[in-house]
Amino acid sequence: MALEKITQITGRGVFVPGDDIDTDRIIPARFMKCVTFDGLGEFAFSDAKVAEKAAGRLHPLDDARFNGASILISGSNFGCGSSREHAPQALYRYGFRAIIAESFAEIFFGNSTTLGIPCVKMSKQDIADLAALIEKTPTVQVTLDLTENKVTVDDVDFSATFSLPGHAREPLMNGRWDSIADLVDGIEDVKSRVAAIPYLAGK
Amino acid sequence: MTMAKTLLDKVWEEHTVRTLPDGRTQLLIGTHLIHEVTSPQAFGMVRDLGLKVLYPNRTFATVDHIVPTDQRAEPFSDPLADAMVKELRKNCAETGVTFFDLPTGKQGIVHIVGPEQGITQPGTTIACGDSHTSTHGAFGAIAFGIGTSQVRDVLATQTMAIGKPKVRRINVDGNLSPGVYAKDVILHIIRHLGVNGGIGFAYEYGGSTFDNFTQEERMTVCNMAIEGGARVGYVNPDETTFEYLRGRPYSPTGAEWDAAVARWKATASDKDAVYDDIVNFKAEEILPTVTWGITPAQAIFIDESIPHPADLPEKDRDTAAEAIEHMKLPAGTPAAGIKIDVAFLGSCTNGRLSDLQEVAKHIKGRKVSPSVKAIVVPGSQGVASIAEKMGIAEIFREAGFEWRGAGCSMCLGMNPDKLVGDQLCASSSNRNFKGRQGSPTGRTMLMSPLMVAAAALTGEVSDARKVFGIH
Repeated sequence: MALEKITQITGRGVFVPGDDIDTDRIIPARFMKCVTFDGLGEFAFSDAKVAEKAAGRLHPLDDARFNGASILISGSNFGCGSSREHAPQALYRYGFRAIIAESFAEIFFGNSTTLGIPCVKMSKQDIADLAALIEKTPTVQVTLDLTENKVTVDDVDFSATFSLPGHAREPLMNGRWDSIADLVDGIEDVKSRVAAIPYLAGK
Repeated sequence: MTMAKTLLDKVWEEHTVRTLPDGRTQLLIGTHLIHEVTSPQAFGMVRDLGLKVLYPNRTFATVDHIVPTDQRAEPFSDPLADAMVKELRKNCAETGVTFFDLPTGKQGIVHIVGPEQGITQPGTTIACGDSHTSTHGAFGAIAFGIGTSQVRDVLATQTMAIGKPKVRRINVDGNLSPGVYAKDVILHIIRHLGVNGGIGFAYEYGGSTFDNFTQEERMTVCNMAIEGGARVGYVNPDETTFEYLRGRPYSPTGAEWDAAVARWKATASDKDAVYDDIVNFKAEEILPTVTWGITPAQAIFIDESIPHPADLPEKDRDTAAEAIEHMKLPAGTPAAGIKIDVAFLGSCTNGRLSDLQEVAKHIKGRKVSPSVKAIVVPGSQGVASIAEKMGIAEIFREAGFEWRGAGCSMCLGMNPDKLVGDQLCASSSNRNFKGRQGSPTGRTMLMSPLMVAAAALTGEVSDARKVFGIH
């Protein structure tokens, strides 16, 4: 299965502030009553948007200045909670192609990587600086370079290092981020392992 | 001399198929559990790729997230929910996967059904498209919550790609005071280690408190490992585990039972196993605990007050302020005395028979406050049926609780059981996220089942030890 080799992502950014943004927040459970992922994009952060409006504020995804952003920036422990792949599916369908955060919850990180969405970790200070740049000039083009582990911003003197574990970085860069092909390649080995494990072989 | 190993080391080694080019393990998943919400797309992907379900006898299905708990006859009034049940039924029929469907009498929350049927066994690997799969670790299984693409991977290859976690040993030693429960233990652990403290770790729970816990108490703690950021939580299997499994439908029998127990014993962590980290707690220091905010780590003892963000470590202040705004409970508010609207007793955390038994013992002859809507949702049809036979269901009904059919219900509000507006719910579930219980402005306070009952009876968050005279 030939997948795109993801080495560089360029686009506009949007900063969604907050730590521990859980997957219920990203896609509320009631939108999971579906048998396909199609159409989930419009429901991303649905309730958070309404809540911000009710409080007399504007959720960043409702702010026209950030329309068309493809790089999502947030705080620590992003994507915690439910294992629902609906969360990264909704973000992807909304148009996000990369996420920058202080840290990520593990299941969300894996689900996103499998969809070809790099989730890169950056320091709190670098995130604050990047968010300030975007706030000042929402149209700036942000570039994530997986080869260099660097985020840069066009025409601005900004450069920050990010971290991305090798087990995600290599497959993204080599176009092997969806592991199904590799797993299927190992099916003969799977069968011999099954035969060697008593509780599986016995059945 | 061979190196001492943890249970995780041993199970990982046995289930490793090979190392993938990216360095992760292709890990064999012995037991795969599925439900209606995260599986339909996976079956679709397997079909689209021209693959098939490799070992249909190693996948077990049930329906829990979207099932109504009052009106149980099909078609459900919600056509989307109805379509999801029928889709799972069709997928199971086409692929030969065993389905603990509604008419079987064995339906329930997937993490309650697995253990109840004896499908959850020590030394196995388990995966399910639900983050609370860590529950099964209570049996000394290594159990992962996974996304839908991984459900596809497991259906098609019985394996998934995953990196081996580090292991943090969490010891809790001593005796819990009367009126303090497993739920308080896990809320206390998360309060101290944080909601992201477990990222990259499996939590191995041990110490004398865990040794003395029943199997169901161990499940409550392992269930919420993920709320502390740990994808996997487990307890080493022992006689308590084996006794729980003896005679269950999928448990081995005869000579196979003896062989299985011998293997299970051998999977426990070696005495001199080396851990990546060790954390110790004393049981005596744990009191009845409730959450006050929007993450499970925002927890306090019943005799404490909601903290002032300025008094918290800097990293926790913004989330605390956000929580105070959402909960509409100012800093300094004592936990005891917060008015509640709804009491929810159930979920994969605390919807098992022992949870209901413990509450029934104390509420007999008492009445739910007229200002509270109180519902009990047994974790499975099996739990419901035993509770009926034992007279437990009747005690709840007489006290003014609504006794419902089995499912996830108001833990996540995917079925008609939802909070309305900014109702505040005393809940025995596992997540107090904004909007979690079905209303975007709804408010959740997590606590033990008996604390939920105390709140239901008094109409406000209360110390169950005082309400029920527990010393």
